[in-house]
Amino acid sequence: MLSENAKAEIEQLKGKYPDPKSALLPALYVAQREHGWLSPEVMRDVAEVMDLPPAEVASVASFYTMFNRQPVGENLIQVCTNISCSLLGAEHIVEYLKSKLGIDVGETTPDNKFTLVTVECLGSCGTAPMMQVNDTYYENLTEEKIDRILAELAERKG
Amino acid sequence: MEKFLLRNVGVPNSHEIDVYIGRGGYQALAKALKEFEPQELVNLVRESGLRGRGGAGFPAGVKWSFLPKGVYPRYLVCNADEGEPGTFKDRVLIEHDPHGLIEGIIISSYACEVEHAFIYIRGEYVFGAKRLEKAVAQAYERGYLGRNILGSGYDLELTVHRGAGSYVCGEETGLLTSLEGDRGHPKLKPPFPASQGLYRKPTIINNVETLFNVPFIVEHGAEWYKGFGTERSPGLKLFCISGHVNKPGVYELPLGTPMMTLINDYAGGPSKPIKTVIPGGSSTPMLPPDVLETLTLDYEALAAAGSMLGSGAVIVVGEGTCIVRLVERLAEFYRHESCGKCIPCREGTDWLYKIMHRIEHGQGREEDIDLLLDICDNISGKSFCPLGDAALGPITSSIKHFRDEYLYHIRERRCMV
Repeated sequence: MLSENAKAEIEQLKGKYPDPKSALLPALYVAQREHGWLSPEVMRDVAEVMDLPPAEVASVASFYTMFNRQPVGENLIQVCTNISCSLLGAEHIVEYLKSKLGIDVGETTPDNKFTLVTVECLGSCGTAPMMQVNDTYYENLTEEKIDRILAELAERKG
Repeated sequence: MEKFLLRNVGVPNSHEIDVYIGRGGYQALAKALKEFEPQELVNLVRESGLRGRGGAGFPAGVKWSFLPKGVYPRYLVCNADEGEPGTFKDRVLIEHDPHGLIEGIIISSYACEVEHAFIYIRGEYVFGAKRLEKAVAQAYERGYLGRNILGSGYDLELTVHRGAGSYVCGEETGLLTSLEGDRGHPKLKPPFPASQGLYRKPTIINNVETLFNVPFIVEHGAEWYKGFGTERSPGLKLFCISGHVNKPGVYELPLGTPMMTLINDYAGGPSKPIKTVIPGGSSTPMLPPDVLETLTLDYEALAAAGSMLGSGAVIVVGEGTCIVRLVERLAEFYRHESCGKCIPCREGTDWLYKIMHRIEHGQGREEDIDLLLDICDNISGKSFCPLGDAALGPITSSIKHFRDEYLYHIRERRCMV
């Protein structure tokens, strides 16, 4: 479960705030970075280090879209489909990704390389359409650009 | 025109502290600490007329003056939870000029006698958060943060805190609950954060761009600042323009600039004939093309036109776009982002989306238009935070200006465009 290193990192984060509870979101990020998603077991460990009831940790985690409460593939593809991206063809981008990856929105490829989801505005409206893969923004998307990005990501070792 | 807010954007390595200092950075901080008492800075910012750039447009210096006297500790929180669809100006400042923001935060914290400031940055801005964290570390190393800043005796801690994906955390009380480690549920006001905010202590919350303006006001003075813009909307503003224009992007203009100047002279003109413009972020009521010719970009002119300046996010929608589909998408957004605390917003945004969805999918009824308006009326002003009200702007304004398109969708069971 949560490594000793992660626990120590969370302890340290608690000291950054006047009230240690403020470190809960940063703590969940630490846990997610280590495990890829927040399983009930991992959240229980976070609760223990944070000295909070497990139900409270689970409740907070469930409020925020960036905490994965289910496993995701190595590359979490998040396509913005909000207004500015939508005006410039986000729906087509989603359809193209679906056909390229052979999965529907919300699904993961059988090799666990890619998960495809749609998300709300990511503040990249001047460079629409766009998607975020894990932490990286890819902007001004075209079919050719998506081909290149997917090829690069597929080659990258997990 | 000369750039101020964007003066470092495009300069190589503008995010590095040496580049920033080499271009005159942190001089306003030195001046503020040396020449001003905190209260004098509050007066200066109030005198400048600087209004909040996050969307509400409340005068920043007036907000600062609401801090109860003699109550400490006080906190300052920079709202970098930029999430209003169409808005991407704060991201540009954070990524390209993080020290400009940090300098604004330090001066503002000194003015408000704050000992610990926070930057709450939306979780998706990973790159921006890394830039900020590095810049904050550099500022500590050089003595701009920490104890006895520049020998003034003033101490300040600054913490970068990442959100984790939630639009409502851009609302100030939602942001504070999130920063306290909870679900980002907004709170009823009063008490306002200035009297009971973070950890129930006096707290000032300002948008990135608002704080970013402060060093310029310290450097050049309130009169200089008021030389830009209009009498009631003074100063400089970042406009983010997106959608059907040839050169979308962030442009710095004085408030009061004509809308068509932004669209034509800066954004390269519309890429197709304009059908409607959403002038201040997705929640602001859309405007028909015929009002655009004479419209200026300031708080008063937008309000007079029946909309809002909001965050300065101008979304240009061209001919050939289905308004019903567009509004359905926005209704889906607000439904998704409603935190669920207040019933009118939670139930109302869900209901609005379901009706928009059925109209878009050929299942609409003529009475749905009145039903939408009735639900809007029942959400308006009945929730703790403005999210419920924000959901109404697209619906009421689109029915006002594009009722024929709704009726066509309902009667013909298909799209007009």
